Amino acid sequence: MPEIAPEAAVAALEIAQKSQSPWERIYGSAAARRIMLLVVLALVWEFYARWLANPLLAPTFSATLNALVSSFASGALSRALWFSLAMLAKGYAAGLILAAMLTAFASASRIGADLLETLTAMFNPLPSIALLPLAMIWFGLGDASVIFVLIHAVLWPVALNTHAGFRAVSPTWRMVGQNYGLSGIRYVWRILLPGAFPSILTGLKAGWAFAWRTLIAAELVFGVSSGSGGLGWFIFERKNQLLIPEVFAGLLTVILAGLLVENLIFRPVENRTVRRWGMQA
Amino acid sequence: MQPSPHARPALLKVDGVTLQYSANGRQTVAVYRVGFEVGASDRYVILGPSGCGKSTILKAVGGYLTPAEGGILLHGAAVRAPGPDRVFVFQEFDQLLPWKTARENIVFALTASRKMSRRDAEQRASDVLDKVNLAAFADHYPHTLSGGMKQRVAIARALAMEPHVLLMDEPFAALDALTRQKMQDELLQLWEETKFTMLFVTHSIEEAVRVGSRILLLSAHPGRVKAEIDCRSADAREIQELLYA
Repeated sequence: MPEIAPEAAVAALEIAQKSQSPWERIYGSAAARRIMLLVVLALVWEFYARWLANPLLAPTFSATLNALVSSFASGALSRALWFSLAMLAKGYAAGLILAAMLTAFASASRIGADLLETLTAMFNPLPSIALLPLAMIWFGLGDASVIFVLIHAVLWPVALNTHAGFRAVSPTWRMVGQNYGLSGIRYVWRILLPGAFPSILTGLKAGWAFAWRTLIAAELVFGVSSGSGGLGWFIFERKNQLLIPEVFAGLLTVILAGLLVENLIFRPVENRTVRRWGMQA
Repeated sequence: MQPSPHARPALLKVDGVTLQYSANGRQTVAVYRVGFEVGASDRYVILGPSGCGKSTILKAVGGYLTPAEGGILLHGAAVRAPGPDRVFVFQEFDQLLPWKTARENIVFALTASRKMSRRDAEQRASDVLDKVNLAAFADHYPHTLSGGMKQRVAIARALAMEPHVLLMDEPFAALDALTRQKMQDELLQLWEETKFTMLFVTHSIEEAVRVGSRILLLSAHPGRVKAEIDCRSADAREIQELLYA
Protein backbone atom coordinates (compact mmCIF):
# COMPACT_ATOMS: atom_id res chain seq x y z
CA MET A 1 0.00 0.00 0.00
CA PRO A 2 1.44 3.39 -0.94
CA GLU A 3 1.61 5.85 1.90
CA ILE A 4 -0.61 8.85 1.69
CA ALA A 5 1.46 11.96 1.06
CA PRO A 6 1.23 14.48 3.89
CA GLU A 7 0.19 17.18 1.43
CA ALA A 8 -2.75 15.04 0.34
CA ALA A 9 -3.82 14.61 3.95
CA VAL A 10 -3.70 18.37 4.52
CA ALA A 11 -5.69 18.93 1.35
CA ALA A 12 -8.29 16.39 2.50
CA LEU A 13 -8.54 18.22 5.82
CA GLU A 14 -9.08 21.47 3.97
CA ILE A 15 -11.88 19.91 1.92
CA ALA A 16 -13.56 18.62 5.04
CA GLN A 17 -13.28 21.90 6.91
CA LYS A 18 -13.75 24.33 4.08
CA SER A 19 -15.79 27.22 5.39
CA GLN A 20 -18.86 28.18 3.39
CA SER A 21 -18.65 31.19 1.16
CA PRO A 22 -21.28 33.92 1.73
CA TRP A 23 -23.03 32.82 -1.44
CA GLU A 24 -23.28 29.22 -0.20
CA ARG A 25 -24.64 30.41 3.11
CA ILE A 26 -27.39 32.45 1.41
CA TYR A 27 -28.18 29.58 -0.90
CA GLY A 28 -28.45 27.26 2.12
CA SER A 29 -31.26 29.30 3.66
CA ALA A 30 -34.72 28.34 2.42
CA ALA A 31 -36.12 31.81 3.12
CA ALA A 32 -33.35 33.46 1.06
CA ARG A 33 -33.97 31.10 -1.86
CA ARG A 34 -37.70 31.86 -1.79
CA ILE A 35 -37.12 35.60 -1.70
CA MET A 36 -34.72 35.34 -4.64
CA LEU A 37 -37.34 33.42 -6.61
CA LEU A 38 -39.98 36.04 -5.83
CA VAL A 39 -37.66 38.83 -6.94
CA VAL A 40 -36.95 37.00 -10.19
CA LEU A 41 -40.67 36.41 -10.82
CA ALA A 42 -41.45 40.09 -10.11
CA LEU A 43 -38.72 41.16 -12.56
CA VAL A 44 -40.03 38.80 -15.27
CA TRP A 45 -43.54 40.17 -14.74
CA GLU A 46 -42.33 43.78 -14.86
CA PHE A 47 -40.35 43.37 -18.08
CA TYR A 48 -42.95 41.23 -19.82
CA ALA A 49 -45.71 43.76 -19.04
CA ARG A 50 -43.53 46.64 -20.23
CA TRP A 51 -42.75 44.79 -23.43
CA LEU A 52 -46.46 43.97 -23.94
CA ALA A 53 -47.39 47.60 -23.20
CA ASN A 54 -51.06 46.80 -22.74
CA PRO A 55 -52.07 47.92 -19.22
CA LEU A 56 -55.65 46.72 -19.78
CA LEU A 57 -54.51 43.12 -20.15
CA ALA A 58 -51.45 43.02 -17.94
CA PRO A 59 -50.40 45.99 -15.80
CA THR A 60 -46.77 46.08 -14.74
CA PHE A 61 -45.63 44.86 -11.35
CA SER A 62 -44.84 48.40 -10.27
CA ALA A 63 -48.29 49.64 -11.32
CA THR A 64 -49.88 46.79 -9.35
CA LEU A 65 -47.77 47.65 -6.33
CA ASN A 66 -48.81 51.30 -6.68
CA ALA A 67 -52.47 50.30 -6.88
CA LEU A 68 -52.03 48.05 -3.84
CA VAL A 69 -50.52 50.84 -1.76
CA SER A 70 -53.03 53.49 -2.85
CA SER A 71 -56.01 51.15 -2.38
CA PHE A 72 -54.85 50.36 1.13
CA ALA A 73 -54.18 54.06 1.76
CA SER A 74 -57.66 55.04 0.63
CA GLY A 75 -59.09 52.33 2.87
CA ALA A 76 -61.05 50.63 0.09
CA LEU A 77 -58.93 47.50 0.05
CA SER A 78 -58.47 47.24 3.80
CA ARG A 79 -62.26 47.58 4.26
CA ALA A 80 -62.83 44.81 1.71
CA LEU A 81 -60.21 42.60 3.37
CA TRP A 82 -61.70 43.17 6.79
CA PHE A 83 -65.20 42.47 5.48
CA SER A 84 -64.07 39.18 3.95
CA LEU A 85 -62.15 38.05 7.04
CA ALA A 86 -65.08 38.86 9.34
CA MET A 87 -67.44 36.90 7.11
CA LEU A 88 -65.00 34.02 6.97
CA ALA A 89 -64.67 33.97 10.77
CA LYS A 90 -68.46 33.70 11.15
CA GLY A 91 -68.79 30.87 8.65
CA TYR A 92 -65.70 29.09 9.99
CA ALA A 93 -66.89 29.26 13.59
CA ALA A 94 -70.35 27.99 12.67
CA GLY A 95 -68.81 25.18 10.62
CA LEU A 96 -66.56 24.16 13.51
CA ILE A 97 -69.45 24.04 15.97
CA LEU A 98 -71.46 21.83 13.63
CA ALA A 99 -68.43 19.64 12.93
CA ALA A 100 -67.86 19.21 16.67
CA MET A 101 -71.48 18.19 17.17
CA LEU A 102 -71.44 15.77 14.27
CA THR A 103 -68.16 14.20 15.40
CA ALA A 104 -69.39 13.89 18.97
CA PHE A 105 -72.49 12.09 17.71
CA ALA A 106 -70.33 9.91 15.47
CA SER A 107 -68.03 8.98 18.37
CA ALA A 108 -70.92 8.23 20.69
CA SER A 109 -72.81 5.80 18.50
CA ARG A 110 -72.37 3.49 15.58
CA ILE A 111 -75.28 4.98 13.65
CA GLY A 112 -73.70 8.41 14.21
CA ALA A 113 -70.44 7.18 12.69
CA ASP A 114 -72.36 5.77 9.72
CA LEU A 115 -74.17 9.06 9.31
CA LEU A 116 -70.94 11.05 9.35
CA GLU A 117 -69.20 8.74 6.91
CA THR A 118 -72.16 8.74 4.52
CA LEU A 119 -72.63 12.51 4.64
CA THR A 120 -68.94 13.28 4.15
CA ALA A 121 -68.71 10.80 1.29
CA MET A 122 -71.65 12.58 -0.36
CA PHE A 123 -70.87 16.21 0.33
CA ASN A 124 -67.08 16.38 0.46
CA PRO A 125 -66.73 16.15 -3.34
CA LEU A 126 -69.46 18.77 -3.88
CA PRO A 127 -67.88 22.22 -4.42
CA SER A 128 -69.45 24.66 -1.97
CA ILE A 129 -69.90 27.31 -4.62
CA ALA A 130 -72.30 24.98 -6.46
CA LEU A 131 -74.69 25.40 -3.53
CA LEU A 132 -74.76 29.19 -3.83
CA PRO A 133 -77.73 29.47 -6.22
CA LEU A 134 -79.75 27.23 -3.94
CA ALA A 135 -78.63 29.15 -0.87
CA MET A 136 -79.78 32.40 -2.48
CA ILE A 137 -83.26 30.97 -2.96
CA TRP A 138 -83.38 29.64 0.59
CA PHE A 139 -81.75 32.47 2.51
CA GLY A 140 -82.00 35.47 0.21
CA LEU A 141 -79.23 37.84 -0.67
CA GLY A 142 -77.92 38.54 2.84
CA ASP A 143 -74.95 37.19 4.77
CA ALA A 144 -76.87 34.02 5.59
CA SER A 145 -76.37 32.60 2.10
CA VAL A 146 -72.61 33.13 2.17
CA ILE A 147 -72.35 31.71 5.67
CA PHE A 148 -74.32 28.68 4.51
CA VAL A 149 -71.84 27.87 1.75
CA LEU A 150 -68.91 28.58 4.10
CA ILE A 151 -70.32 26.08 6.60
CA HIS A 152 -70.50 23.55 3.81
CA ALA A 153 -66.86 24.26 2.95
CA VAL A 154 -65.64 23.86 6.55
CA LEU A 155 -67.91 21.20 8.01
CA TRP A 156 -66.99 18.13 5.96
CA PRO A 157 -63.19 18.27 5.93
CA VAL A 158 -63.06 19.14 9.63
CA ALA A 159 -65.58 16.46 10.65
CA LEU A 160 -63.93 13.85 8.45
CA ASN A 161 -60.40 14.51 9.75
CA THR A 162 -61.47 14.79 13.38
CA HIS A 163 -63.41 11.56 13.19
CA ALA A 164 -60.51 9.78 11.51
CA GLY A 165 -58.17 11.23 14.16
CA PHE A 166 -60.28 9.92 17.03
CA ARG A 167 -60.43 6.48 15.48
CA ALA A 168 -56.67 6.42 14.99
CA VAL A 169 -55.84 7.28 18.62
CA SER A 170 -53.40 4.59 19.74
CA PRO A 171 -54.98 1.76 21.75
CA THR A 172 -52.06 2.07 24.18
CA TRP A 173 -52.93 5.70 24.96
CA ARG A 174 -56.54 4.67 25.48
CA MET A 175 -55.48 1.96 27.93
CA VAL A 176 -53.15 4.38 29.71
CA GLY A 177 -56.00 6.88 30.08
CA GLN A 178 -58.33 4.23 31.52
CA ASN A 179 -55.58 2.90 33.76
CA TYR A 180 -55.25 6.28 35.46
CA GLY A 181 -58.98 6.48 36.00
CA LEU A 182 -60.02 8.81 33.19
CA SER A 183 -63.53 8.50 31.82
CA GLY A 184 -66.19 10.59 30.12
CA ILE A 185 -65.36 14.17 29.29
CA ARG A 186 -61.98 14.04 31.11
CA TYR A 187 -60.98 11.09 28.94
CA VAL A 188 -62.00 12.95 25.77
CA TRP A 189 -60.19 16.11 26.87
CA ARG A 190 -56.95 14.53 28.11
CA ILE A 191 -56.52 11.56 25.77
CA LEU A 192 -58.70 11.67 22.65
CA LEU A 193 -58.36 15.36 21.74
CA PRO A 194 -54.56 15.62 22.08
CA GLY A 195 -54.14 12.17 20.54
CA ALA A 196 -56.21 13.17 17.52
CA PHE A 197 -54.78 16.69 17.33
CA PRO A 198 -52.53 16.18 14.28
CA SER A 199 -55.57 15.06 12.26
CA ILE A 200 -57.74 17.79 13.70
CA LEU A 201 -55.17 20.41 12.71
CA THR A 202 -55.03 18.98 9.18
CA GLY A 203 -58.81 19.27 9.04
CA LEU A 204 -58.75 22.86 10.31
CA LYS A 205 -56.21 23.81 7.65
CA ALA A 206 -58.14 22.11 4.86
CA GLY A 207 -61.36 23.73 6.10
CA TRP A 208 -59.76 27.17 6.12
CA ALA A 209 -58.37 26.75 2.58
CA PHE A 210 -61.73 25.58 1.21
CA ALA A 211 -63.59 28.35 3.03
CA TRP A 212 -61.29 31.13 1.83
CA ARG A 213 -61.58 30.12 -1.84
CA THR A 214 -65.31 29.61 -1.53
CA LEU A 215 -65.77 33.00 0.07
CA ILE A 216 -63.88 34.90 -2.64
CA ALA A 217 -65.80 33.02 -5.32
CA ALA A 218 -69.13 33.63 -3.57
CA GLU A 219 -68.40 37.35 -3.30
CA LEU A 220 -67.62 37.50 -7.02
CA VAL A 221 -71.02 36.07 -7.87
CA PHE A 222 -72.95 37.50 -5.04
CA GLY A 223 -71.50 40.92 -4.44
CA VAL A 224 -73.10 42.04 -7.68
CA SER A 225 -76.46 42.17 -6.02
CA SER A 226 -75.58 42.74 -2.38
CA GLY A 227 -73.55 45.90 -2.89
CA SER A 228 -71.55 45.74 0.30
CA GLY A 229 -68.58 43.64 -0.43
CA GLY A 230 -65.41 41.86 0.46
CA LEU A 231 -62.34 41.15 -1.61
CA GLY A 232 -64.22 39.23 -4.30
CA TRP A 233 -66.58 42.11 -4.74
CA PHE A 234 -63.66 44.58 -4.81
CA ILE A 235 -62.08 42.61 -7.66
CA PHE A 236 -65.34 42.32 -9.56
CA GLU A 237 -66.16 46.02 -9.22
CA ARG A 238 -62.68 47.21 -10.27
CA LYS A 239 -62.81 44.95 -13.31
CA ASN A 240 -66.11 46.56 -14.35
CA GLN A 241 -64.44 49.95 -14.03
CA LEU A 242 -61.45 48.66 -16.01
CA LEU A 243 -59.11 49.49 -13.14
CA ILE A 244 -56.95 46.49 -13.96
CA PRO A 245 -53.98 47.30 -11.66
CA GLU A 246 -56.47 47.37 -8.78
CA VAL A 247 -57.86 44.01 -9.89
CA PHE A 248 -54.33 42.65 -9.62
CA ALA A 249 -53.91 44.38 -6.26
CA GLY A 250 -57.09 42.65 -5.05
CA LEU A 251 -55.83 39.26 -6.22
CA LEU A 252 -52.51 39.90 -4.52
CA THR A 253 -54.36 40.71 -1.30
CA VAL A 254 -56.23 37.40 -1.49
CA ILE A 255 -52.90 35.60 -1.78
CA LEU A 256 -51.29 37.65 0.99
CA ALA A 257 -54.18 37.03 3.36
CA GLY A 258 -53.82 33.30 2.72
CA LEU A 259 -50.10 33.40 3.42
CA LEU A 260 -50.59 35.48 6.55
CA VAL A 261 -53.16 33.11 8.04
CA GLU A 262 -50.92 30.14 7.24
CA ASN A 263 -47.78 31.73 8.68
CA LEU A 264 -49.21 33.69 11.61
CA ILE A 265 -51.83 31.21 12.82
CA PHE A 266 -51.39 27.66 11.58
CA ARG A 267 -47.58 27.51 11.42
CA PRO A 268 -47.05 28.71 15.03
CA VAL A 269 -49.76 26.36 16.30
CA GLU A 270 -48.09 23.51 14.42
CA ASN A 271 -44.67 24.38 15.82
CA ARG A 272 -45.94 24.52 19.37
CA THR A 273 -47.90 21.29 19.17
CA VAL A 274 -47.43 18.47 16.68
CA ARG A 275 -43.88 19.43 15.74
CA ARG A 276 -42.75 19.79 19.34
CA TRP A 277 -44.47 16.51 20.23
CA GLY A 278 -42.99 14.66 17.26
CA MET A 279 -46.52 13.77 16.11
CA GLN A 280 -46.64 15.03 12.53
CA ALA A 281 -49.44 13.25 10.71
CA MET B 1 -51.90 -26.26 42.15
CA GLN B 2 -49.82 -26.31 45.28
CA PRO B 3 -50.85 -23.93 48.06
CA SER B 4 -49.16 -20.58 48.21
CA PRO B 5 -46.02 -20.60 50.31
CA HIS B 6 -47.06 -17.28 51.84
CA ALA B 7 -48.64 -17.33 55.25
CA ARG B 8 -50.39 -13.99 54.70
CA PRO B 9 -53.56 -13.90 52.59
CA ALA B 10 -52.78 -13.31 48.93
CA LEU B 11 -52.70 -9.74 47.70
CA LEU B 12 -53.93 -10.83 44.29
CA LYS B 13 -55.88 -13.99 43.71
CA VAL B 14 -56.65 -15.26 40.22
CA ASP B 15 -59.12 -18.08 40.67
CA GLY B 16 -59.96 -20.54 37.86
CA VAL B 17 -60.07 -17.82 35.23
CA THR B 18 -61.14 -18.61 31.67
CA LEU B 19 -60.77 -15.88 29.08
CA GLN B 20 -62.41 -15.91 25.67
CA TYR B 21 -62.47 -13.65 22.69
CA SER B 22 -64.71 -13.79 19.66
CA ALA B 23 -63.33 -13.40 16.16
CA ASN B 24 -65.13 -14.06 12.89
CA GLY B 25 -68.22 -15.03 14.84
CA ARG B 26 -66.39 -17.80 16.69
CA GLN B 27 -65.55 -18.01 20.36
CA THR B 28 -61.92 -18.82 21.01
CA VAL B 29 -60.66 -19.78 24.45
CA ALA B 30 -57.38 -17.97 25.05
CA VAL B 31 -56.88 -18.98 28.67
CA TYR B 32 -58.46 -21.98 30.38
CA ARG B 33 -59.03 -22.15 34.15
CA VAL B 34 -55.83 -20.51 35.24
CA GLY B 35 -55.33 -19.83 38.92
CA PHE B 36 -52.51 -18.40 41.02
CA GLU B 37 -51.89 -16.19 44.01
CA VAL B 38 -49.51 -13.27 44.31
CA GLY B 39 -48.35 -12.17 47.74
CA ALA B 40 -47.12 -8.76 48.79
CA SER B 41 -43.63 -7.95 47.42
CA ASP B 42 -43.66 -10.95 45.11
CA ARG B 43 -41.93 -10.65 41.78
CA TYR B 44 -44.38 -12.94 40.07
CA VAL B 45 -43.54 -13.86 36.49
CA ILE B 46 -45.96 -15.39 34.01
CA LEU B 47 -43.84 -17.25 31.48
CA GLY B 48 -44.94 -19.02 28.35
CA PRO B 49 -44.64 -19.24 24.58
CA SER B 50 -46.54 -16.83 22.37
CA GLY B 51 -50.20 -17.78 22.18
CA CYS B 52 -50.42 -18.93 25.78
CA GLY B 53 -52.54 -15.93 26.69
CA LYS B 54 -50.14 -14.47 29.24
CA SER B 55 -50.79 -10.88 28.16
CA THR B 56 -54.51 -11.64 28.13
CA ILE B 57 -54.31 -12.70 31.78
CA LEU B 58 -52.50 -9.46 32.59
CA LYS B 59 -55.19 -7.42 30.79
CA ALA B 60 -57.84 -9.24 32.80
CA VAL B 61 -56.02 -8.41 36.05
CA GLY B 62 -55.81 -4.84 34.76
CA GLY B 63 -59.59 -4.86 34.39
CA TYR B 64 -59.67 -4.46 30.62
CA LEU B 65 -61.21 -7.91 30.08
CA THR B 66 -63.91 -9.73 31.99
CA PRO B 67 -63.33 -13.45 32.63
CA ALA B 68 -65.89 -15.83 31.16
CA GLU B 69 -65.37 -18.00 34.20
CA GLY B 70 -63.69 -17.61 37.57
CA GLY B 71 -62.75 -14.46 39.40
CA ILE B 72 -59.92 -12.04 40.08
CA LEU B 73 -59.63 -10.65 43.58
CA LEU B 74 -57.40 -7.81 44.70
CA HIS B 75 -57.29 -7.55 48.50
CA GLY B 76 -60.40 -9.71 48.51
CA ALA B 77 -62.42 -7.39 46.26
CA ALA B 78 -63.36 -8.40 42.71
CA VAL B 79 -61.59 -6.59 39.87
CA ARG B 80 -64.18 -5.10 37.52
CA ALA B 81 -62.60 -2.18 35.67
CA PRO B 82 -59.21 -0.57 35.07
CA GLY B 83 -58.00 1.47 38.00
CA PRO B 84 -54.91 3.23 39.34
CA ASP B 85 -54.39 0.58 42.04
CA ARG B 86 -53.05 -1.71 39.27
CA VAL B 87 -50.70 0.22 37.02
CA PHE B 88 -49.63 -1.12 33.67
CA VAL B 89 -46.23 -0.87 32.02
CA PHE B 90 -46.64 -1.85 28.39
CA GLN B 91 -44.21 -3.16 25.83
CA GLU B 92 -45.04 -0.36 23.40
CA PHE B 93 -42.84 2.73 23.46
CA ASP B 94 -45.88 4.89 22.77
CA GLN B 95 -47.27 4.29 26.26
CA LEU B 96 -45.90 7.73 27.15
CA LEU B 97 -48.24 10.43 25.94
CA PRO B 98 -46.20 12.23 23.25
CA TRP B 99 -47.81 15.60 23.97
CA LYS B 100 -46.37 15.63 27.48
CA THR B 101 -42.76 15.78 28.67
CA ALA B 102 -41.35 12.99 30.82
CA ARG B 103 -42.20 14.93 33.96
CA GLU B 104 -45.67 15.90 32.72
CA ASN B 105 -46.41 12.26 31.92
CA ILE B 106 -45.84 11.38 35.56
CA VAL B 107 -47.73 14.43 36.82
CA PHE B 108 -50.56 13.47 34.48
CA ALA B 109 -50.78 9.98 36.01
CA LEU B 110 -50.84 11.33 39.55
CA THR B 111 -53.38 14.08 38.91
CA ALA B 112 -55.66 12.22 36.46
CA SER B 113 -56.11 9.54 39.10
CA ARG B 114 -56.72 12.31 41.68
CA LYS B 115 -53.99 10.83 43.82
CA MET B 116 -52.42 14.14 44.78
CA SER B 117 -52.40 17.85 44.06
CA ARG B 118 -50.46 19.21 41.14
CA ARG B 119 -47.70 20.62 43.28
CA ASP B 120 -47.15 17.37 45.20
CA ALA B 121 -47.24 15.52 41.89
CA GLU B 122 -44.47 17.71 40.47
CA GLN B 123 -42.32 16.90 43.50
CA ARG B 124 -43.07 13.19 43.25
CA ALA B 125 -42.29 13.23 39.52
CA SER B 126 -38.88 14.78 40.15
CA ASP B 127 -38.16 12.20 42.85
CA VAL B 128 -39.00 9.16 40.73
CA LEU B 129 -37.20 10.51 37.65
CA ASP B 130 -34.18 10.93 39.86
CA LYS B 131 -34.57 7.31 40.95
CA VAL B 132 -34.39 6.05 37.35
CA ASN B 133 -31.49 8.44 36.59
CA LEU B 134 -33.46 10.59 34.19
CA ALA B 135 -33.59 13.84 36.15
CA ALA B 136 -31.69 15.55 33.32
CA PHE B 137 -34.37 14.52 30.83
CA ALA B 138 -37.41 15.57 32.86
CA ASP B 139 -38.42 18.27 30.40
CA HIS B 140 -37.78 16.24 27.25
CA TYR B 141 -40.64 15.10 25.05
CA PRO B 142 -40.85 11.31 24.61
CA HIS B 143 -39.93 11.36 20.91
CA THR B 144 -36.51 12.74 21.83
CA LEU B 145 -35.81 9.87 24.24
CA SER B 146 -34.34 6.46 23.38
CA GLY B 147 -36.42 3.30 23.74
CA GLY B 148 -34.78 2.38 27.03
CA MET B 149 -35.32 5.87 28.43
CA LYS B 150 -38.99 5.77 27.47
CA GLN B 151 -39.44 2.48 29.31
CA ARG B 152 -37.64 3.92 32.32
CA VAL B 153 -40.00 6.89 32.36
CA ALA B 154 -42.94 4.48 32.07
CA ILE B 155 -41.62 2.47 35.02
CA ALA B 156 -41.03 5.69 36.97
CA ARG B 157 -44.59 6.76 36.22
CA ALA B 158 -45.94 3.44 37.42
CA LEU B 159 -43.82 3.48 40.60
CA ALA B 160 -44.87 7.05 41.37
CA MET B 161 -48.44 5.79 41.60
CA GLU B 162 -47.48 3.31 44.37
CA PRO B 163 -49.99 0.78 43.07
CA HIS B 164 -50.95 -2.39 44.95
CA VAL B 165 -49.54 -4.34 42.05
CA LEU B 166 -47.42 -3.34 39.07
CA LEU B 167 -48.49 -5.06 35.85
CA MET B 168 -45.59 -5.38 33.42
CA ASP B 169 -46.42 -6.63 29.94
CA GLU B 170 -43.07 -7.60 28.38
CA PRO B 171 -41.74 -4.11 29.13
CA PHE B 172 -38.24 -4.84 27.81
CA ALA B 173 -39.13 -6.99 24.80
CA ALA B 174 -38.64 -4.19 22.28
CA LEU B 175 -35.19 -3.22 23.60
CA ASP B 176 -31.80 -4.39 22.39
CA ALA B 177 -30.14 -7.14 24.42
CA LEU B 178 -27.66 -4.92 26.27
CA THR B 179 -30.25 -2.36 27.26
CA ARG B 180 -32.62 -5.13 28.29
CA GLN B 181 -30.10 -6.59 30.74
CA LYS B 182 -29.36 -3.19 32.19
CA MET B 183 -33.07 -2.48 32.63
CA GLN B 184 -33.61 -5.81 34.35
CA ASP B 185 -30.84 -4.99 36.82
CA GLU B 186 -32.26 -1.52 37.42
CA LEU B 187 -35.71 -2.97 38.00
CA LEU B 188 -34.34 -5.35 40.62
CA GLN B 189 -32.51 -2.50 42.27
CA LEU B 190 -35.70 -0.46 42.43
CA TRP B 191 -37.44 -3.48 43.90
CA GLU B 192 -34.75 -3.74 46.59
CA GLU B 193 -35.49 -0.15 47.53
CA THR B 194 -39.29 -0.26 47.76
CA LYS B 195 -40.28 -3.95 47.59
CA PHE B 196 -43.25 -3.32 45.33
CA THR B 197 -45.42 -6.20 44.15
CA MET B 198 -45.27 -6.96 40.48
CA LEU B 199 -46.79 -9.29 37.97
CA PHE B 200 -44.39 -9.60 35.07
CA VAL B 201 -45.21 -11.24 31.74
CA THR B 202 -42.44 -12.50 29.46
CA HIS B 203 -41.65 -15.17 26.91
CA SER B 204 -37.95 -15.15 27.74
CA ILE B 205 -36.74 -17.82 30.16
CA GLU B 206 -33.58 -15.86 30.99
CA GLU B 207 -35.63 -12.80 31.84
CA ALA B 208 -38.05 -14.81 33.96
CA VAL B 209 -35.23 -16.33 35.98
CA ARG B 210 -33.45 -13.01 36.34
CA VAL B 211 -36.43 -10.92 37.31
CA GLY B 212 -38.79 -13.30 39.08
CA SER B 213 -39.05 -14.62 42.59
CA ARG B 214 -41.77 -17.01 41.47
CA ILE B 215 -42.66 -18.18 37.99
CA LEU B 216 -45.92 -19.46 36.59
CA LEU B 217 -45.37 -21.65 33.54
CA LEU B 218 -48.11 -21.69 30.93
CA SER B 219 -48.70 -23.90 27.92
CA ALA B 220 -50.31 -22.60 24.75
CA HIS B 221 -53.64 -23.02 22.89
CA PRO B 222 -55.38 -22.54 25.20
CA GLY B 223 -53.22 -21.14 27.98
CA ARG B 224 -53.16 -23.50 30.98
CA VAL B 225 -50.98 -23.71 34.05
CA LYS B 226 -48.13 -26.17 33.64
CA ALA B 227 -46.22 -25.53 36.82
CA GLU B 228 -45.40 -22.96 39.43
CA ILE B 229 -41.75 -22.58 40.33
CA ASP B 230 -40.01 -20.94 43.22
CA CYS B 231 -36.95 -19.34 41.71
CA ARG B 232 -34.71 -19.89 44.68
CA SER B 233 -34.97 -23.63 44.09
CA ALA B 234 -34.90 -23.80 40.30
CA ASP B 235 -32.44 -22.85 37.58
CA ALA B 236 -32.87 -22.01 33.92
CA ARG B 237 -32.29 -25.58 32.74
CA GLU B 238 -34.98 -27.03 34.94
CA ILE B 239 -37.43 -24.40 33.78
CA GLN B 240 -36.51 -25.06 30.18
CA GLU B 241 -37.13 -28.76 30.67
CA LEU B 242 -40.49 -28.02 32.30
CA LEU B 243 -41.42 -25.64 29.50
CA TYR B 244 -40.73 -27.99 26.65
CA ALA B 245 -41.69 -31.22 28.43
